[in-house]
Amino acid sequence: MLWYALRRLVLAVPLLVGITFISFAVIHLAPGEPVDLQAGNMNAKSSAQARQLLREMYGLDQPIAVQYWNWLGRLARLDFGRSFAPDGRPVLHKIGERLPVTLMLNIVELLIIVALAIPIGMASATRQYSLFDKVTTVFVFVGFATPDFWLALLLMILFGVELGWLPISGLRSLNWEYMSGWRQQGDFLSHLVLPILVATFGGLAGFSRYMRQSMLEVIRQDYIQSARAKGLSERVVIGKHALRNAMLPLVTILGLSLPGLIGGSVIVESIFAIPGMGQLMVQAVFERDYPVIMGNLVIVAVITLVANLLADIAYGVVDPRIRLGGRGRR
Amino acid sequence: MRAALLGLLLGAALSGCTDRGVGVDVSAAPRPAGDRAQGDTLIRALAANISGLIPNIVGDKYSHDAVALVYNSLITHDKDTNIIPDLAEAWDLAPDCRELTLRLRKNVRWHDGQAFTADDVVFTYKLMSHPKTPSPYKDDFEDVASVDALDPHTVRVRYKSAFANALMIWSHTMLPRHLLESYMLSGKLKEAPQNFTNPVGTGPYRFHEIRSGEKIVVVANPDYYAGRPYISRIVYRIIPSQATMFLELKAKGIDQADLTALQYQRQTDYPAFKSAYNKFRYADKVYTYLGLNHADRRFADRRVRQAFAHAINKRDLIEGVRFGMAREATGPYKQGTWVYNPNVRTYPYDPARARQLLAEAGWTTKNADGLLVKDGQPFAFELLISQGSDESKKIAEIIQAQLREIGVAVELRVLEWAALLKEHIKKHRFAATALAWSTGLDPDQYSIWHSSQTGPDEFNFVSYKNAEVDALLERGRRTCRQSDRKKVYDRLQEILAEEQPLVFLYFRDTMPAVASRVHGIVPGPIGIDYNMYEWYVPKQLQLYMSE
Repeated sequence: MLWYALRRLVLAVPLLVGITFISFAVIHLAPGEPVDLQAGNMNAKSSAQARQLLREMYGLDQPIAVQYWNWLGRLARLDFGRSFAPDGRPVLHKIGERLPVTLMLNIVELLIIVALAIPIGMASATRQYSLFDKVTTVFVFVGFATPDFWLALLLMILFGVELGWLPISGLRSLNWEYMSGWRQQGDFLSHLVLPILVATFGGLAGFSRYMRQSMLEVIRQDYIQSARAKGLSERVVIGKHALRNAMLPLVTILGLSLPGLIGGSVIVESIFAIPGMGQLMVQAVFERDYPVIMGNLVIVAVITLVANLLADIAYGVVDPRIRLGGRGRR
Repeated sequence: MRAALLGLLLGAALSGCTDRGVGVDVSAAPRPAGDRAQGDTLIRALAANISGLIPNIVGDKYSHDAVALVYNSLITHDKDTNIIPDLAEAWDLAPDCRELTLRLRKNVRWHDGQAFTADDVVFTYKLMSHPKTPSPYKDDFEDVASVDALDPHTVRVRYKSAFANALMIWSHTMLPRHLLESYMLSGKLKEAPQNFTNPVGTGPYRFHEIRSGEKIVVVANPDYYAGRPYISRIVYRIIPSQATMFLELKAKGIDQADLTALQYQRQTDYPAFKSAYNKFRYADKVYTYLGLNHADRRFADRRVRQAFAHAINKRDLIEGVRFGMAREATGPYKQGTWVYNPNVRTYPYDPARARQLLAEAGWTTKNADGLLVKDGQPFAFELLISQGSDESKKIAEIIQAQLREIGVAVELRVLEWAALLKEHIKKHRFAATALAWSTGLDPDQYSIWHSSQTGPDEFNFVSYKNAEVDALLERGRRTCRQSDRKKVYDRLQEILAEEQPLVFLYFRDTMPAVASRVHGIVPGPIGIDYNMYEWYVPKQLQLYMSE
């Protein structure tokens, strides 16, 4: 097992370099360069000379291969460089101040989704074609089909403008600094209600479908029949024997959704004015802020590779039929 | 004004008054004026994150807005765009405009307590012209030969030649030498803490805090040279979505926001909104145009451009795209400014006249599709517009329909902004485009119209060439008395109106709504924000406790 993990980690290094190389090339292929947008959104007063100065400052006057090599060299020393934006701050600072919010939102969202999707999926599978199953199917398709921004605006109008129960956007009220500790927490949470609701709605649909499908397959297996034949109660049959097996595919899906945790949803973050990773990345792309884009991509790539590995290992742990590394005891 | 004189706009939020000269309109019930009082918080919204806090090296509008009250310049502008004293209390400009002596105020202190002196002015000039300073405004100081401190409160500026903007360039923000000099010398100005956590200026508000992507807070400066401003605290919240901004306004989560034309006309006309907010409306300095590439033989003919100007019904356009919230443009200067010349050729909607002009240009026969044909080629071209701008899409569609009426086929192509700019506009690979120019307070538009400015990184990308225009532009930059310049630019406007190097469409309006508890707002052609430090909320109307 340890060997397996180590070998996978070593193999991940060339893979990571490959990912960064392709990303670097693709980003530089996109038309426009940082100096265009920075020189005052095509300010007619900014001369070619000022642009040239910016290009030299950023090293954009060098061939792409050289730029990539320099960037890779810095990365090897864990130096992600400084943003091209006029504030010129280190990329890691920028990501660091945005990451906690996104991470927290996404983790809460994922937990709620999992906590709701598993029982919903189980219930619709065990009562296939019942009224409950049909209602949840409709609900799921509505969830898939509803655009985030539209749902967000409707909820904002209802709860923010008409009823006035919840704040519309942002993370904290303006008098946050003057609140007591408990009220600060409450205020913060009330700002999260709508964004989490919107983000959960769409994600719930997919997960509960996976769960339903997986459960349906399992309860048709012979061992479920034999569990029933043994005279076990339906609760034990479903809750213990079926559930554990039905969870296996979900482990893979959960593993794959880990990188998404730091990605952040552009739409939800923009519409709720939440300063998270999604907004940072979009702004960086529009401004062609290469260091921030690349920094972000490297982090996502690393997490994806690690998450894949973890999912594979976890698979081995939860499913005794699978042994990793080819040195199985059997 | 930050001498961001001209900028090409995306037209993402392109914004009329039809009758009044200055285009200022206040839609507010008369309210009793309360007594001036200190206190309260004003919450404003910015549509994008801040990219830096030293305006001299930052190009975008939102960053400038966020620190507008933290810094001062030597001069500023009143509501009618006239130059008035700020940190310089008086000045002498030599008759030939080659020497300027500025006398500085004596009671001015930086927010950290240091005195503001002539050294800071000299330093700001050095910073702007330093080879390592990445400023989009560098060129503004190119004509300066020297800046010297004669004594702690007198500065003498010499110019290389007579320079029309001799005074205007001093509307750039003054920066503190004692904090920034080392950063300037090492070329690391962007990394100075003043650029992202702690800007130090001389302005009516002190910087209090920034939370990246969330908000910026400034607080009243009790030691401001003109006295402490009334409103204690101003919060700039960053809200990227226009829809969210409007909902926040309706829910009173913010006190001020620009309205879209639709919101101004249709969605804010109910009693609760009207009592909570005052709506203002003034002509913006941005005009929208149809740009035709003169390198295309068809558009090199002036009569074709004139025909288009007659064929496009600008009133329809303003009604359809802006719900009437714009005014027809007769040229590149807006009404109500000293430079505006009303006596130029205009192009009322007249399709018959348009067809006649096209016929004179050789477009006489029509093919089976009803398109005009010349030398066997039907008159068809591609109009490039930027993605994400609903306004430019509507403009393009109306132009398409109206040109079809006179037998010209227009095909629309939507492109991402950077791609449009880099691959098409800058490389001159386009037949037509619909964009907007943001004009400055000074009428110099050399970079847009001069025939030398047609290179790949330059702004006369339609390749307009006219020897008289070139001469006028050069003279306009070297003439410094306003009455003399007026003659130059009057003639320039006559030629531009006659030639239609761009088909001028309209100047849009800006329509801010401000909480009605805020008093002291006096709108003018320059807008409403110019006197923010004089705004106040009467004691009984104050909403937020501060300090």
